[in-house]
Amino acid sequence: MQAFTHVRALAAPLEGRNVDTDQLIPARFLKKNRDEFYKNYLFHDLRFDEHGAQRPDFILNRPLFQGAQILVADENFGCGSSREGAVYCLADYGIRAILAPSFGDIFFNNCLKNGLLPVRLDAKVLDAVRQTLLNSTETNDSAREITIDLAACTVKAPGLNAPQIFTMDPFWHECLLKGVDELALTLSYANAIANFEQQHRNAHPWLTS
Amino acid sequence: MNLSLASPPRTLFEKIWDQHVVIPRSAGPSLLYIDRHIIHEGSFHAFKDLRARGLTIRNPKQVFGVADHYVPTTSRDPNDAITAEIKEVILKFDDNMKWSGAHYFSIKDPQQGIVHVVGPEQGMSLPGSVITCSDSHTSTHGAMGAMAFGVGQSESMHVMATQTLWQAKPLQMRVELNGKPAAGVGGKDIILAVIAKLGVAGAVGFAVEYAGSALQWLSLDDRLTMCNMTIEAGARSGLIAADDLVFSYLYGRNFAPKGAAWDQALREWQQLPSDDGCHFSQTLSIDVARLSPMLTWGTTPDTGVAIEGVVPDPAALSDSHARQAALAALAYMDLTPGTALSTINIDRVFIGSCTNSRLSDLRSAADILRGRRAVVPGIVVAGSMLVKQAAEAEGLDKVFLAAGLEWREPGCSMCVGINGDLALPNERVASTSNRNFVGRQGPGVRTHLVSPAMAAAAAVTGHFTDVRTLMGQQ
Repeated sequence: MQAFTHVRALAAPLEGRNVDTDQLIPARFLKKNRDEFYKNYLFHDLRFDEHGAQRPDFILNRPLFQGAQILVADENFGCGSSREGAVYCLADYGIRAILAPSFGDIFFNNCLKNGLLPVRLDAKVLDAVRQTLLNSTETNDSAREITIDLAACTVKAPGLNAPQIFTMDPFWHECLLKGVDELALTLSYANAIANFEQQHRNAHPWLTS
Repeated sequence: MNLSLASPPRTLFEKIWDQHVVIPRSAGPSLLYIDRHIIHEGSFHAFKDLRARGLTIRNPKQVFGVADHYVPTTSRDPNDAITAEIKEVILKFDDNMKWSGAHYFSIKDPQQGIVHVVGPEQGMSLPGSVITCSDSHTSTHGAMGAMAFGVGQSESMHVMATQTLWQAKPLQMRVELNGKPAAGVGGKDIILAVIAKLGVAGAVGFAVEYAGSALQWLSLDDRLTMCNMTIEAGARSGLIAADDLVFSYLYGRNFAPKGAAWDQALREWQQLPSDDGCHFSQTLSIDVARLSPMLTWGTTPDTGVAIEGVVPDPAALSDSHARQAALAALAYMDLTPGTALSTINIDRVFIGSCTNSRLSDLRSAADILRGRRAVVPGIVVAGSMLVKQAAEAEGLDKVFLAAGLEWREPGCSMCVGINGDLALPNERVASTSNRNFVGRQGPGVRTHLVSPAMAAAAAVTGHFTDVRTLMGQQ
């Protein structure tokens, strides 16, 4: 997993609440192996028409937002199905972070396991950021860049006068900063798990057989 | 009596949580013990990850594989999968399950079915247990008094490797359902009403416990339907305290305790209901006696409305984001505000899915279809081989076939369409499934979520119909 310390990158505004994981990746692509071009499936039916041609209006297809690595989204982003393919395709497309007022519960967890940073910020703040990005006509990408410092938990974005501070649980904060998943930590608790398991089995023998 | 020594009142969820904490942390995630983990064919990512790390399944007896997402519903032969790629996924699951040593309900198993139907049916889902499954509708098992939640592939791998998971404790919400539901109104209508009230993000960060006088009128299948769709309000889990209905259902099932263990388990399960005075961060109360049969009009599950009504007008919404979303949904659904719901024609019906494919679901659809003909095509997909067998023993299959519908083999089928069971572009479907998202049942397909009885009523009239006008008239 790639360590996440800070990122400064082009950001794309994605309008609409409740963007579900079926939009992020339609179910028909879920049978693909992890190394089979997940970046092509991201927002597939929104990005491409039925003949496979790019839909010019879709935000990631617009010249000013091509190559975006940060998404600025609205409430309940990634709701619905638990499919981790939704995160695979975002990560493979090159998205490093998603800013939204709230996230689908399982999607949020899936992001953390793949080095993709989900940042919760106030809905009104993000409305302002999306509006500024949408109105931007600058040819230079730097006008549409967002800077995220994960160590300091700050976001600098167009349309905001001051950096925004976000909160992240210390446990996942450390995992992301170090680029490690939690499995190694869990395995280091092997004795504690074994002891718990023994007591649990003694107390509720019907649960583990 | 020294009251200060008594433990503070706890919710059902909190009692189960406390019994499963391996490594407590005051803030953020604690390490939780997972009693039973269920997987389906989509687990090939988790298995690949597990093998790449040189790990195996820690406790194969606590892991259950059930083939449901990719299996064909036309036969029990992987060769009938509609593409070679889908067949590969089914066969890969066979290989992985063989390697794992875990319990396996393959496509050919006489007790195979949809994971969330098979879990309770086999007695895997027990009161007081913690259950994970790599599927968002795992909340279903909460109707058995379990703490159950969906996980992704990485978390699934973690559970297989360690039998544990790092989890933050959700907030507690209580939804009180009062009154006796009218005839023709069931679990599906109630949960659509709950989601309409909460909104699709209304329960994010919560575990939802259902309580209230209405529960005594609801079957276990109704309760499973309600907990199943609790995730559609954003909740982590839905729960209902196990009672005699659950205990008598579980007695004697494959993975339920037997003999002295049963007696011990029962004594413990009876201590699990939420204590008087326990704290819920949020409460909601619904008078279910006032509910009508429901259907959704939009592209999110919170757009449920009573069948007597009309397509709502977005102009009435003060919030501009909500208005935009409603306008986009109306455009996709090809609907005009003010249209009477009972005049909307349908092209197809789907009766099935982990939400509504159990025996009482099939009975309620058959009660409407008996002696009538469907005027649109449709499929009926039993939730499990055991449900299918029981339905056939009652002759329900003959009712569906006589009505002109197809009677299929168990699987997720048209709910998610991964196996290729899809509607055609621009078709309008009356579906007993759980999600009406854009493109969910195929590109351009318009999905309306309804109960099995309402799907049957729409099938025989060709348009959405208040099922109560068709009841008992054959």
